[in-house]
Amino acid sequence: MECKNLEGVARSIRTSVIKGIHAAGSGHPGGALSAADIVAALYFGEMNIDPENPEMEGRDKFVLSKGHAGPVQYAALAERGFFPKEDILGLRKIGNKLQGHPDLRKVPGVEMSTGSLGQGFGAAVGMAMANKLDGNPGRVYVMLGDGELQEGIVWEAAMSAAHYKLDNLVAIVDWNGLQIDGPNDQVMAVRPVDRKFKAFGWNAIVIAGHNFEQIEAAFAAARNCTGKPTAIVAKTCKGKGVSFMENNAAWHGKAPNDGEARQALLELGGEW
Amino acid sequence: MEKMATRQAYGKTLVELGAKYSNLVVMDADLSKSTMTAEFGKAYPERFFNMGIAEQNMYAAAAGLAISGKTVCASTFAMFATGRAFEIIRNSIGYTKANVKICATHAGITVGEDGASHQTFEDIALMRTIPGMTVINPGDGISAKLLLEGAIELDGPVYMRLGRAAVPVFYEESAKLEIGKGSCVRDGKDMTIVATGIMVSKALEAAGILAEKGIDTRVIDMHTIKPLDEEIIVKAAQETRGIVTAEEHSVIGGLGSAVAEVVVLNCPVKMAFVGQKDIFGESGKPDELLAKYGMEVVDIIRAAEGLL
Repeated sequence: MECKNLEGVARSIRTSVIKGIHAAGSGHPGGALSAADIVAALYFGEMNIDPENPEMEGRDKFVLSKGHAGPVQYAALAERGFFPKEDILGLRKIGNKLQGHPDLRKVPGVEMSTGSLGQGFGAAVGMAMANKLDGNPGRVYVMLGDGELQEGIVWEAAMSAAHYKLDNLVAIVDWNGLQIDGPNDQVMAVRPVDRKFKAFGWNAIVIAGHNFEQIEAAFAAARNCTGKPTAIVAKTCKGKGVSFMENNAAWHGKAPNDGEARQALLELGGEW
Repeated sequence: MEKMATRQAYGKTLVELGAKYSNLVVMDADLSKSTMTAEFGKAYPERFFNMGIAEQNMYAAAAGLAISGKTVCASTFAMFATGRAFEIIRNSIGYTKANVKICATHAGITVGEDGASHQTFEDIALMRTIPGMTVINPGDGISAKLLLEGAIELDGPVYMRLGRAAVPVFYEESAKLEIGKGSCVRDGKDMTIVATGIMVSKALEAAGILAEKGIDTRVIDMHTIKPLDEEIIVKAAQETRGIVTAEEHSVIGGLGSAVAEVVVLNCPVKMAFVGQKDIFGESGKPDELLAKYGMEVVDIIRAAEGLL
């Protein structure tokens, strides 16, 4: 699908993220907003998917291993037509399909249930292995948080993806530098991220994660890389697009109140 | 009596099933010669994945393969499968209802010489708390084969507990077993022993000795601990004077607890629990350990007599 207005799409996704988390009264806006541009580029450009046929044979898959950013995936799926946009207002509410963390059995277009960090990455490795086994052309994209890199399973998965030469797998690290308790560098340093992946046998690319040209170029480079998986280390800004949330760890897991949501939507150009 | 380890039957049956099911994938975590999955690897190298000593990632990747349409058997020792990878099994396999068969070997005290670090008594308890998880513990080589075939046919997560040591084969080749249905391997009207895994053959031996003492003892092979065959338990509670459970597992949370949960709700009768007490094991020969830790024929007999 060709779509050149990725900025507009990303703004609309961010608007839905704020509306959903505000309506829920809880959630994780910071890491959803930092991932929004990359997720927009995946769902509105890079990935071969069909909202009319979410189970389409040979489709590309996206796994949100940092499952707490679920609203950004829900917003993108809704924007792309997998379900009505107003459904986001049911986020985290009892009986609703949009769980606090994504559930593949409840939401069309969600490929893996995530939330417990690191596991989505391992599952994405399994999906890429299955596609190789079947000669399935579908590619697998998995997004991790930077704090998530502290989980041991991440490096088990990284080792196995390189060992099995999964060049149909792309891991994107949403490197916004902040986790719940503060900056990664203070909590548990994860640097140097790209060199770690390289040492594990991956192709690693560092980009500015809010620059669409760089995002698209990285996806293209990943497609052209054979024999090994690609890690795209995307430098991002936590809370991107909402001035008072930007670069503030306090907005990792807190919902905006009425006034804050109104202000956020005003800045994003969305309607209250 | 012929002897065979349930893991041996597992390895052999996997090769047969590989021919029948082209979507069957087998994974291991560097223990393929011990779990016997290496035989499948030799027969179907393209469908066998050694994931290295990384059990957490193995079960997460197994989920990804299963969600992509594969039937996956992923093996390692029971300690590392259900202990180390518990939360991955719970969230990525249980919660997603992924079609993964967790076929874990070297369960219980009959691991023997490797000692307490490798002797798991908690696995059945852990696995049966996961919603939708089928929990199977075959007692001999033939039932291991039959129940593995059943597990592969079933769409959803299964935990299958397998052993290291060679144990007596008590089923005939022609036996019919159904997952979720206990198998009455000896009838009796005075007392019932509900046993699972390697304790079934010991229960049969105990029943023989009890019969000589005039105690007519029924033996049920509860090869499926979840879903549990409540009907066969309630019937035993109604028709006999007490129930002894026997398992090579902690008396906390395993077969004994599961049977007691059914008994107290439906037809309270006296019960006794043979199994590993709330204590770690140690190194030794399997038979020495079973005797020292109270999981021998004599322990079952004593428990049964204590109920009369």
